Amino acid sequence: MKYLAALPAFIYPLVSLSAIVGIWFAAVRLFVIPDYLLPPPWQVFDLLVNGFVDGALWPHIGATLVETLGGYVVGSALGIGLGVLLAESKMFERFLLPLLTGLQAVPKVALGPIILVWCGYGVASKIVLVVLVCFFPLFINTINGLRRADEDLLDACRAFSASRAFLFLHVKLPSAASEIFGGLQIGISLALIGAVVGEFLSSQRGLGYLVSSASVNMSGATMVEGVLLLAVIGMCGAQMVRTLHRHVVFWESRETRTESRRRRGKMMVWEG
Amino acid sequence: MTAANGRAVGGPVLEPVPVAFTAENVSVCYQTRKGAIEALRDINLDIMQGEFVAVLGPSGCGKSTLMKIAAGLIIPTSGRATLAGKPLDRPGRDVGVAFQKPNLLPWKSVFDNVMLPALTLGLPRAPAERRAMELLALVGLSAFSANYPAELSGGMQQRVGIARMLLHDPQLLLMDEPFAALDAMTRETLALELQRIWLGQRKSVLFITHSIQEAVFLADRVIVMSSRPGRVIDDVPITLARPRNTDTLSSAPFGDACRYLRGHFQ
Ligand SMILES: Nc1ncnc2c1ncn2[C@@H]1O[C@H](COP(=O)(O)OP(=O)(O)OP(=O)(O)O)[C@@H](O)[C@H]1O
Ligand SMILES: [Mg+2]
Repeated sequence: MKYLAALPAFIYPLVSLSAIVGIWFAAVRLFVIPDYLLPPPWQVFDLLVNGFVDGALWPHIGATLVETLGGYVVGSALGIGLGVLLAESKMFERFLLPLLTGLQAVPKVALGPIILVWCGYGVASKIVLVVLVCFFPLFINTINGLRRADEDLLDACRAFSASRAFLFLHVKLPSAASEIFGGLQIGISLALIGAVVGEFLSSQRGLGYLVSSASVNMSGATMVEGVLLLAVIGMCGAQMVRTLHRHVVFWESRETRTESRRRRGKMMVWEG
Repeated sequence: MTAANGRAVGGPVLEPVPVAFTAENVSVCYQTRKGAIEALRDINLDIMQGEFVAVLGPSGCGKSTLMKIAAGLIIPTSGRATLAGKPLDRPGRDVGVAFQKPNLLPWKSVFDNVMLPALTLGLPRAPAERRAMELLALVGLSAFSANYPAELSGGMQQRVGIARMLLHDPQLLLMDEPFAALDAMTRETLALELQRIWLGQRKSVLFITHSIQEAVFLADRVIVMSSRPGRVIDDVPITLARPRNTDTLSSAPFGDACRYLRGHFQ
């Protein structure tokens, strides 16, 4: 255990990953599995390398990235903006909150076919779908976060004649920051799902299109290739949001960091 | 009755004693899901300009509620509160508050927390920054100005709150058990420091405390409150000579005053 603990943290998941690839390799070799069910790893690897070298993959990756990020940025901005508006204004809250919470229950991807009809079969319709999917977690978390602000802390600032704008910028928004980042975290994974579902429905480009058309052609290696690329994009996105979260909301992560250090210390005592 | 009423009926107009804060028949009921809680009942209290008033009372009797009224954070359910003669309908700009909890902003450094009143009141930056450093030195936290509240102990956070209260050099200080979280020694140092500030600048102080000794040591008058609903049950002038020091603590009049006040809580 002592020697293992000395390795950098990213080594461990890499070890498990290699093990999985090893099992995959062995399974394909040992039991004769047809390619369309499960292609051997080297075939997927070849496909990936060729796709990058001859440039055939780039348009697909580009399309999915544009749809995901474009929709994510617009949807999150709308969610946060409307959340702020409703949390700060009783009137907007009365008119809009029941409506929006009702809409939240609608499975947004079910609107996909309608959006395609309205916005065409290109990138725009996917962006609209992603906007819809991202909006709600950000909207709900922003409202909840702003409401979570400690009333005593607000009172302390009010006692020094703080204005409403001051209370919002210096107390409510920082209090909500962690929850808003929680929404951004959910949003980034939903955004990718939204983009892929949009591409499944109808498109000529994108990783979702790559996977769905490969399934029609029974081309197993291409399907696995597409899913792998989507996984990498998803993980990078989530990691980026997580890193941003830690840096922006530094006052909370500091507490959790000392907390986790303490916990690890305890574990070592147990092992010893 | 109150001085204001006395003048209204046309009695001899005495020299006007400026009042810092008055409460006239102030009652406060909190509405909760389980019904109303009567926190204060018919409180009458005047704090003259330059007077140091301590409020003593059992836990839950409404001391913090009284302070929040003076801070303009709660409007009385009935009765009237005034600040320097004007009705108290919003927090006063010339008032400094130290709360029972430190109530610091976790995302701002200690220095920026002390600077808060400068920001909210729009004071010029450079002199406020100089003063913030002086006040941090006063409460013994110069070395921690760049740290964040979570990195400080409870007592240190409380001292940051005291520095913040003083930043804009307010005329009326409202202090809600400000020393409760401190060790006996820091407590004594800060009490002496508070007296020094008060003697130098003759601020008006409403000082809430659990400690009989602290009340007698610091105050010109000690207001005693009953348990909930809080009412004023005694108003005791303390005439010990100033400046008071550690010798005062062992003097006979000090002991007498403490013994008398303790009688209320037995
Ligand atoms: N926000 C609130 N909502 C409902 N009831 C409250 C609220 N704040 C205080 N109370 C009630 O009012 C009463 C007085 O509270 P307050 O905080 O003023 O007491 P206190 O004298 O400061 O007590 P302590 O010495 O323990 O700080 C308490 O019984 C409490 O239950
Ligand atoms: Mg209290």
